[in-house]
Amino acid sequence: MIHSLFLVNASGDIFLEKHWKSVVSRSVCDYFFEAQERATEPENVPPVIPTPHHYLISVLRHRIYFVAVIQSEVPPLFVIEFLHRVVDTFQDYFGVCTEAAIKDNVVVVYELLEEMLDNGFPLATESNILKELIKPPTILRTMVNTITGSTNVGEQLPTGQLSVVPWRRTGVKYTNNEAYFDVVEEIDAIIDKSGSTITAEIQGVIDACVKLTGMPDLTLSFMNPRLLDDVSFHPCVRFKRWEAERILSFIPPDGNFRLLSYHVSSQNLVAIPVYVKHNITFREGSSQGRFDLTLGPKQTMGKAVESVLVSSQLPRGVLNANLNPSQGTYTFDPVTKLLSWDVGKINPQKLPSLKGTMSLQAGASKPDENPTINIQFKIQQMAISGLKVNRLDMYGEKYKPFKGIKYMTKAGKSVLQRMHIVNCK
Amino acid sequence: MSASSAFNDEKGGSSSVGEPEYGHDPASGGIFSSDYKRHDDLKEMLDSNKDSLKLEAMKRIVAMIARGKNASDLFPAVVKNVACKNIEVKKLVYVYLVRYAEEQQDLALLSISTFQRGLKDPNQLIRASALRVLSSIRVTIIVPIMMLAIKEAASDMSPYVRKTAAHAIPKLYSLDPEQKDQLIEVIEKLLADKTTLVAGSVVMAFEEVCPERIDLIHKNYRKLCNLLIDVEEWGQVVIINMLTRYARTQFLNPNINESLLEEGGGGEKTFYGSDEDEDEDEEEKEKKAEVAAMAKRKPYVMDPDHRLLLRNTKPLLQSRNAAVVMAVAQLYFHLAPKAEVGVIAKALVRLLRSHSEVQYVVLQNVATMTIKRRGMFEPYLKSFYIRSTDPTQIKVLKLEVLTNLANETNISTILREFQTYIKSMDKDFVAATIQAIGRCATNIGEVRDTCLNGLVQLLSNRDELVVAESVVVIKKLLQMQPEKHSDIIKHMAKLTDNIQVPMARASILWLIGEYCEHVPKIAPDVLRKMAKSFTNEEDIVKLQIINLAAKLYLTNSKQTKLLTQYVLNLAKYDQNYDIRDRARFIRQLIVPTEKSGALSKYAKKLFLALKPAPVLESPFKDRDHFQLGSLSHLLNAKAGGYQELPDWPEAAPDPSVRNVEVKESVPEWTKCSSREKRKEKKVEKPFYSDSEGESGPTESADSESDSASGSESGSGSEESGSGSESEESEEGSESEEEEEEEEEKDKKKKKKELKKPVPETESEQSSEEEDRKIKRKSKQRKSDSESESDEDEESESESSQSESEDSESEIEVKKKKKTAEMKPPSKPVKKETKKEKKEMSLLDLDDFEPAPSPQVTPVNTFLSNSLVTDLEGLSLSDSVLSPATIAPSSVLKNYELLHRITGEGLSVEYCFSRQPFSPDANMVAVQMQFTNSATSDTKNLHMEDVKLQSGMRVKEFPEIELLSAGETAMAVMGIDFCDSTQAANFQLCTHTRKFFVSIQPPVGELMRPIFLTENEFKKEQEKLLQNLGQLMGMNEITEKLTLDAKCRNEHAIVQRVTTAANLSRVPCGSDKECSPPVPPPDHPVYRFAGRTVTSSSLVLVTVATKEEGAAQLTVNCEKMVIGTMLVKDILLALTQ
Repeated sequence: MIHSLFLVNASGDIFLEKHWKSVVSRSVCDYFFEAQERATEPENVPPVIPTPHHYLISVLRHRIYFVAVIQSEVPPLFVIEFLHRVVDTFQDYFGVCTEAAIKDNVVVVYELLEEMLDNGFPLATESNILKELIKPPTILRTMVNTITGSTNVGEQLPTGQLSVVPWRRTGVKYTNNEAYFDVVEEIDAIIDKSGSTITAEIQGVIDACVKLTGMPDLTLSFMNPRLLDDVSFHPCVRFKRWEAERILSFIPPDGNFRLLSYHVSSQNLVAIPVYVKHNITFREGSSQGRFDLTLGPKQTMGKAVESVLVSSQLPRGVLNANLNPSQGTYTFDPVTKLLSWDVGKINPQKLPSLKGTMSLQAGASKPDENPTINIQFKIQQMAISGLKVNRLDMYGEKYKPFKGIKYMTKAGKSVLQRMHIVNCK
Repeated sequence: MSASSAFNDEKGGSSSVGEPEYGHDPASGGIFSSDYKRHDDLKEMLDSNKDSLKLEAMKRIVAMIARGKNASDLFPAVVKNVACKNIEVKKLVYVYLVRYAEEQQDLALLSISTFQRGLKDPNQLIRASALRVLSSIRVTIIVPIMMLAIKEAASDMSPYVRKTAAHAIPKLYSLDPEQKDQLIEVIEKLLADKTTLVAGSVVMAFEEVCPERIDLIHKNYRKLCNLLIDVEEWGQVVIINMLTRYARTQFLNPNINESLLEEGGGGEKTFYGSDEDEDEDEEEKEKKAEVAAMAKRKPYVMDPDHRLLLRNTKPLLQSRNAAVVMAVAQLYFHLAPKAEVGVIAKALVRLLRSHSEVQYVVLQNVATMTIKRRGMFEPYLKSFYIRSTDPTQIKVLKLEVLTNLANETNISTILREFQTYIKSMDKDFVAATIQAIGRCATNIGEVRDTCLNGLVQLLSNRDELVVAESVVVIKKLLQMQPEKHSDIIKHMAKLTDNIQVPMARASILWLIGEYCEHVPKIAPDVLRKMAKSFTNEEDIVKLQIINLAAKLYLTNSKQTKLLTQYVLNLAKYDQNYDIRDRARFIRQLIVPTEKSGALSKYAKKLFLALKPAPVLESPFKDRDHFQLGSLSHLLNAKAGGYQELPDWPEAAPDPSVRNVEVKESVPEWTKCSSREKRKEKKVEKPFYSDSEGESGPTESADSESDSASGSESGSGSEESGSGSESEESEEGSESEEEEEEEEEKDKKKKKKELKKPVPETESEQSSEEEDRKIKRKSKQRKSDSESESDEDEESESESSQSESEDSESEIEVKKKKKTAEMKPPSKPVKKETKKEKKEMSLLDLDDFEPAPSPQVTPVNTFLSNSLVTDLEGLSLSDSVLSPATIAPSSVLKNYELLHRITGEGLSVEYCFSRQPFSPDANMVAVQMQFTNSATSDTKNLHMEDVKLQSGMRVKEFPEIELLSAGETAMAVMGIDFCDSTQAANFQLCTHTRKFFVSIQPPVGELMRPIFLTENEFKKEQEKLLQNLGQLMGMNEITEKLTLDAKCRNEHAIVQRVTTAANLSRVPCGSDKECSPPVPPPDHPVYRFAGRTVTSSSLVLVTVATKEEGAAQLTVNCEKMVIGTMLVKDILLALTQ
């Protein structure tokens, strides 16, 4: 399936290559570079590029293109999903997945890639199995290895590979048995210029960090499982139980994993916890425009809205902006026309605002595009959908684990408010 | 390949000069120039004794490979370390070897022996990794070695090694396609593997090596479907895609009767729509609908295997892996009935929140789907709204989907949304939006004017690109109804002064030319202006100017003659030969000269012909002939190795090719040929039903096997069975022999057991008969198991059965064989005992009653334990004594009520136990066996919503509160069928689900046996015949028949008749004494008597044999319908 993999950085250099079948010349990437040049933005490179003899399927993560070379028919999502899994694994191993990190750990990367695919077909992608095969590098282990000459390659067959629970290794032991669950909800919304919501949806995940001895069998139940409209599970979750009782029953993998992703039905009205009021006007005959932006909290159940960041791509005609924030700091990049305002925490008593003037290029016509404002925020200790975990039970082991559940709400990739620029005569 | 890689190495090497170095320690530093030197020290390090040095060297070499640098000259030094003890060094050597072996084949051979040794290692990890590397070395010489290794590994104990073998198959195939046939053999073998670990890999190998050998899948189809959910995610994708293709060749198109069903099938669609969450119900409903429709026409009936596939893939829509979700989605799109495809929409919409590459692929597929199945995505319209943060390629695809989804009801929202898009800063996207508006306008007539007005407003936009795009779209729209829109054309004519985009100018000119009659005043003026600027225009515009001139010349030559001449002259000397050609051609055509031919007469027709309006179509139209989710679909071109998705077959191929097990629904022991195979599949259900078929008709026998907690114990395991029933744990430990001795205890126990399923049936004052009955039953059961297991010490055989599945199955097989051979003779033998006669007389008391009481005891087999061994001998000797009564024999037919697949693990079988139903004598007892083969418990099993024909009544079985996974339970219900064969329909409910089921009785079960003497029989018969003249109607039916060759002796006939109908044999004088082992020569007559359950009408059956197997069958019954049906049934039983 996957013939070869090339890692290409933002400047178009191939800095790693790996072949699983016979070697494919790196000149095949020229087709990719062509497409890269044609694309105006890095993310506009088509994920699938046909070439005379091969197909290139690529993903862009952390400003690195992972380009897989395919020779024959294969479901494109298969490759894309796999490449993302590779990136996730690197991130898991090295903390970050940057060009530097990959170059520093090139041997581990190579060993990982070798284990993840056999003849182009995924072999071991479960992080638990991989970690048994190849131990993640830590400073301590690197030091020990250099001194003793020992290796970071596991000597045993990962037990998970053979068991019915391939995601969990056997013989896990902890002195402190703990299980933490983070319920994180992200809001994505489009808000029209007058502030009313056009579409809004909540996408949530439950990330778990489970450090429990032995083979615990957990069940997690919700107070209000009906909220969940659409779910996707880690393979460990027993689907039948969910179908029948709306209970998450699973033998957890060891360590960090994503237990569940869910979507909250868009039928339920989603209240965006923040509102933006804006007023941008340009007057005829003047190259100056007025800019006025005010933020305020909305229905946050008493929780503070934190880490607020507002950014907007201003029209191309805007030359510069001279603004005055009531709190936080703002930047305006005259080249990309990107305005971003780091607000911080919203104080409901004193609403943050950003006011000032914008200057247009002399003689340029008034902008008629309508930019959008992208709002980022975080609210701790609250799941905006109202989802609540009822209880977590453990079977199969005797000890009492420590359990913790944390809720958080934040803005997804896009809480977008459309702006309206008023051009006065 | 090697040439290109050489080039690649060079390139890699040279380009690396400018690259920054990765490591900064002096050892790994240094640049290409010092390569040779460095390689020397690498060689030294590799040759040293220290593992740490070797490791260091190997790490640097791997880093070189990773950067694409050539490290091939180190091959000899590296390959020496293939047997290194250090596991990391070894692994890195493998990496190196796999990379360079192809280039250095001779040297690579040095390593082979190490791997061969590894293949024999006791550690499975080492075996697997040896095979993995061995098969990855692309050296043609070792093909035979690889072949051998793969074959060996394919039958390895460890599934992990077998998986590796499956992975090795495509490797070998790509190295040497000659090996195909041998590899197919290995694939076939591995396909039969039942571990989830292997399944994905072997299907992958199948797809690469022999995707055309669809026949290999037949036997494994159901297994693959059932394993699917436990296979690792990548394997799931491959299997689902393969099964999609498979299903397309094997099943019928579920949408074939779409139109028919919609009008006739009682609005299928609405009920699908109404309970989408209960799709299991749908199936049942569907089945019901099908049954209903059956009478009218031949309906489409979905193959259960087809249904199995759909059901087992559906949960995978919840997978976290986008590829799996997509695979299921395409499977549903290509295979599911139209009404069920909708379930995939939600999952696909979910994928839209994933990475942009995933979105890209999903949107492409959604775009294709929306053309065929728009309704499916309509509820998710807003999910396709475009965000300014989306990459352009995603925006354009979303736009495509939105356009496809637009219809009369939602167009206003969509257009409002489009309006905001036009103000976007992404100009490519704006252009795409304008085109989308155009398409909406052509597709939806109601908004055409609105769109057109909107687009005209855009003509005053400051951005030229927007204006140009609008012009092009307006041109297309105007072609649809030009006469109404001369204003717009005028407006556009004015634009020629400002718009510079050639395509737009050309479009405007074409419009004016085409509709010059609508704008007679403006058109010549535009031409004038254009003539002025002709030389500065782009080619495409020039061509349109010539066109405009020609058209005006033809319509309005007075005003434009000179202008046209001028333009044509300019064109004549143009640099572009196309334009020169065009000018020459048009001049000839429109300007009449003496030389011009006949064509000029038709110039007007040529130029001013009515042109059809362009159809604005989605580029995704008809893309669905490619399998969705495939690379080919994405590229809209066939990719290498793409397997065409076959069309549905006209008629379904034989579905029995997929049978690896005996069909559960037909548990006849004669069919149990492939017993072992079935065993492998761990299907508990059929096991039960089969053993039941043999073990006798008693309730208790059944309830025992069910309580044996799924240990698949057959008829013999009653001990352990009852043992698990809590109250009687002490008794549970008893052996069967003990039980025989202590009949009293036994009786008690049986009674209790009986109580369980039917608590109300047995009150405290249950009569002696009750006890007697039970006693008989237990004996009879005993006898069955004895005679069948063919063991002297039955307890022994039983214990062995319950101990191990394997030995059990063996015995089972043995039993089967034995019984198959001996059954016919053995059955009647049981009955010929002296003791029996004694009991018989007891029985007679009841049976002589003219009107049968509720207590009428079914005529079962009676057998004393002490006779067991005698019977053995007798059965073997095949000597047949005439029994006074022939019991309905132990072969009670089991019917399927709910298939385990339909019931999601819950399966229900029922049989007519031929026991009196004590709460109500007019009811037929139906004994049901519930088996829960699912992994979760089933609770609160009960029935609901009974739908009956008028007059019919049902006594429901008591609710079963809990049926744990793997367990079986038994219950008895009573149905008063009113002496008709109408089905009783009801819902079987669990705590989560409801299943629609129905029970339809064979006519033979609607009666109960009565005892008559021969004389009485004849008397009754006469009475009935005398009624002929009265209003009773015809009540004798006579049929001539030829007996089946195997059915010419007495006991066979008697057995077959009593199996077909619940009747008792009328002892007749001639038979009474003794009958010889061969069928008697004097053509005996067999008589059977019974009464219908509800109305107690007499049923008399006479079979008179004649020469050569000829016979005459006579049925006398007041109920004509029953008589007729009974004749048919008995006829069938005797002739087959």
